[in-house]
Amino acid sequence: MLGLSPEHLLFLLRGAGWTIVLSLLGFVGGTIVGLPVALCRSSKMRSLRVVSSAYVQLVQGIPLPVIMFVVYFGLSIGGYELPALVAAGIAMTAYSSAYLGEIWKGCIEAVPKTQWEAAECLALTPVQRFVDVILPQAVRIAIPPTVGFLVQIVKNTSYSVVIGFFDLTYSAKVLNNSTFKPFTVFTIAALLYFVICYPLSVLSRRYERKLKRA
Amino acid sequence: MNYEFDFSFLGEYGQDLWDGTLLTLWMTAVSIIPGFVVGTACAVGRLYGPPWVRKAATVYVEAIRNTPLVIQVFWLFFGLAVLSVRIDAFYAAVIALVINVGAYTAEIMRAGFESIPKGQIEAASCLALSRWQSLLYVQLPQAVERVYPALVSQFILMMLATSIMSQISAPELTGVAYQIQAFTFRGFEVYLVIAVIYLAVVTLLRAILTGLGKVIFPRRRRLGTPL
Repeated sequence: MLGLSPEHLLFLLRGAGWTIVLSLLGFVGGTIVGLPVALCRSSKMRSLRVVSSAYVQLVQGIPLPVIMFVVYFGLSIGGYELPALVAAGIAMTAYSSAYLGEIWKGCIEAVPKTQWEAAECLALTPVQRFVDVILPQAVRIAIPPTVGFLVQIVKNTSYSVVIGFFDLTYSAKVLNNSTFKPFTVFTIAALLYFVICYPLSVLSRRYERKLKRA
Repeated sequence: MNYEFDFSFLGEYGQDLWDGTLLTLWMTAVSIIPGFVVGTACAVGRLYGPPWVRKAATVYVEAIRNTPLVIQVFWLFFGLAVLSVRIDAFYAAVIALVINVGAYTAEIMRAGFESIPKGQIEAASCLALSRWQSLLYVQLPQAVERVYPALVSQFILMMLATSIMSQISAPELTGVAYQIQAFTFRGFEVYLVIAVIYLAVVTLLRAILTGLGKVIFPRRRRLGTPL
């Protein structure tokens, strides 16, 4: 098809599989680290706010390819011979935790203040207030932007090409080098990314409209 | 772990790092205005254009926003090479950035146009302004004023994204870093240094753009401000 053999297509599909693996890794890691970041960002304690905000500023101020390189070389000077997936996964975790932390902080703060006050009036402990009253409402607000950010995660895994991780972008690059059919190869790669990202974009918008109506 | 940090490459390659930083800034600067124009044109097309313009603009925005910049750049750069169009990596990078940031700006500007109160447009037509005059003198300035912070964030993200242009051998900051680490084998130190440079550039760019916003839009109306 279009001058590419089925093996070539399979090669791209395998890359797409690794893109999905790295995206999931980035999202799961980003959730695990991002949740505490969001809590610290909206905390009452000044020191927690300062530290978490510095972390977010730091990660958001450095390009993701550079973060990938720093992690990659950092691991190797630590004496670890790890596959590129580990370095890419750590970099994606750092990247998505900063953005998710910032998104979720906004969602926690979007819950009206009166909800906190009402929960206090009902003699709930601070933990109960947060877990039973605020969090369920914040999660509802957080769904559309979080799904929207998944698109960013999938797209930004493409930056792992700089450290030679075998994802969709890297496999497309290799395939182009051997076939010299850039339009075909990169159009197929773009379509594969689109197939992964577009449903997420649509879903995010649908959730957003649903939330607005509610 | 007993690793000796060695930053001695800074002396020899300081000039290269400086040149790389300037190229990163220059690449960003020349992409911002065309990117803004493309994005605004798309937003207007999607809101007020005839059906085929709306459809075309929507396809453009969705196609760009749902595929990575790297793939777009490779498509353009390697594609042009096969068509034997000789183009400098810098110009290929700028074209790709304009096309990319245009799609994001289109969505931001659309939100801006949609947020303008109807009364403003009615007032413009009462003053006998034509549709284009109303768009240019009444709607556009107000739309930009309201979404200015979002635009600033988008342009800063674009500046960070220029780092991928080293992949098509544009000698911007990340590209320079790659060469230095190839010569010196000090990858970790080199990338730490350019991470700091990027942080400085982000801070500088944000300060400039925010300051500019305060000068141009003294009233600072945001999304949700009634008038």
